[in-house]
Amino acid sequence: MPDSAIAVQGLQKRFGDVVALDGIDFEVPPATVFGLLGPNGAGKTTAVRVLTTILRPDAGTATVLGLDVADEAERVRARIGLAGQFAAVDGNLTGRENLRLIGRLTHLPRRLIEGRAAELLEQFDLTDAADRPARTYSGGMRRRLDLCAALVHRPPVLFLDEPTTGLDLYSRNQLWSVIENLQAEGATILLTTQYLEEADRLADDLVVIDHGQVIAAGSPVQLKSRLGGTVIEVGFADPGEARRAQGFLVNYAVRPPDVDGSEVRFEICDGARVIVDALRTLDGEGLAPATLAVREPSLDDVFLALTGRRVEPEEASEEATRGAA
Amino acid sequence: MTAATVTPIGLSPDLDIRGLRRFTTAVSDTFAVMARNLIAYRRVPQLLVFSTIQPVVFVLLFRYVFGGAISTPGVPYVDFLMPGIFAQTVAFGALNTSIGLSLDVNQGLIERFRSLPMARSAVLAGRTLADLVRNVFVVALMFAVGFAVGWRVHTGFLPLMAAVLLVLLFGYALSWIFATVGLMVADPETAQAAAFPVMAPLVFASSAFVPVDSMPDWLQPFATYQPLSVVVAAVRDLTIGGPTTSDVIQAVLWCVAILAVAAPIAVHRYRLAT
Repeated sequence: MPDSAIAVQGLQKRFGDVVALDGIDFEVPPATVFGLLGPNGAGKTTAVRVLTTILRPDAGTATVLGLDVADEAERVRARIGLAGQFAAVDGNLTGRENLRLIGRLTHLPRRLIEGRAAELLEQFDLTDAADRPARTYSGGMRRRLDLCAALVHRPPVLFLDEPTTGLDLYSRNQLWSVIENLQAEGATILLTTQYLEEADRLADDLVVIDHGQVIAAGSPVQLKSRLGGTVIEVGFADPGEARRAQGFLVNYAVRPPDVDGSEVRFEICDGARVIVDALRTLDGEGLAPATLAVREPSLDDVFLALTGRRVEPEEASEEATRGAA
Repeated sequence: MTAATVTPIGLSPDLDIRGLRRFTTAVSDTFAVMARNLIAYRRVPQLLVFSTIQPVVFVLLFRYVFGGAISTPGVPYVDFLMPGIFAQTVAFGALNTSIGLSLDVNQGLIERFRSLPMARSAVLAGRTLADLVRNVFVVALMFAVGFAVGWRVHTGFLPLMAAVLLVLLFGYALSWIFATVGLMVADPETAQAAAFPVMAPLVFASSAFVPVDSMPDWLQPFATYQPLSVVVAAVRDLTIGGPTTSDVIQAVLWCVAILAVAAPIAVHRYRLAT
């Protein structure tokens, strides 16, 4: 067994003029969950597609279980499972038939296929719908079937591309516990996500990527400690007050506060104590907050801290780079 | 969702397939994909029904409406027409290959297939074989329609079977052309639109419905030697009578040539498809 389940070095991929991956490096130890965090268009899906042998890299190397994804693609494919964000199941086949097909195409012994399909359908609450064409499934059901399809042959390495995007809260929690169980059984899982919360809950390690480059790497705890932990947003009556408040709040924040219109945003380490002190100071200066929000840092906050800019909404979406492929 | 308790190691006994097993696996993968595509035809019968209505309408239209105005000396028009109908039916049927593959690309299924340890040839071979099976049904149906409107075979059983095989081979060869189209376009509607400029001259600038010598001089060489006309000529020889060898050889050569060019292009395209 190689030291890393997945190892990526200097990986590059471009589509015409669009640089999707601009030399990324990371390593994923066996039996861990690894998060690829980034906004739309950062290159997450491209990285997954290179690692699952769908795309050939232009430069750099990537190995899965020590096997090169470009030169030993067929051996890699026998050892991986892929569930994408587009729920690639055949709508004309029933759930069970979809899993049978994948079972045959992953060369499971025939005698195991039926049992394995039934087991997965049961595990993912699809037994009642198992013999209905998948086109009659809800979005969440299709996603679960897609994940079943990725698991049919019990791959030791699993790639999940934005597994929870578009799922309701209940399905998301279900999926999270599935991922944790798989990891407990010894699977290595690479997942991409736009949600810091998700990476925080699941990932042992993660990298943040932006414009095809790794801009931060480490454990979720390490990453969050660079952020300060808790984000406070205080709204005022007008931008003038906000700027005045900024001057006082600087003493409580881990980094200089950020003014956006009549709102001040800052990050703190010590939670409740600091909030009380900060509000008392504002009150003493005659600054009455109109709104107050306390929340966990989001990907947007990570971005702001790492790059000094906010996540650009949908600038070059993953869809666009797919199309360019 | 409950926890599974088994270690998630590969369930397949042998992850790396080598030697002769590569071939048997490729065959088994192809049949798995073919079975999957045939299920779609069974489950969405509209696919089959609508694609057979059109040739039936053509039979009725040419047999009873236009046929009287078309002169085919020495041969009843219906016997002239039906070989053209068979070839035309499988030619339009090849569109299904485009439509099916473009749907697979569109739904992300091709992407999933490309991440599986299956034979690289199986998706296209399974698709085209399913369309071949479909053609067997459609051609049988068109035979029944032909007999109902007065078509008669003047030769015998063996030449008739040879004619069937030739028509099916032609349909199979065309499937590979349209496989490439299906892999290159974004959706089924575009697949149909993209196929039309190829389909129209093939079907209509041919000897399928009218004798070539009724066409303008500049069109006659194309209309005589293009593959559909050559196949139709061979099927007419095999069902009406007369010397068959030269036309049949030419028709088979056309089919083999189309396969030899179109199949590698389609496979190459599949490797690039996303």
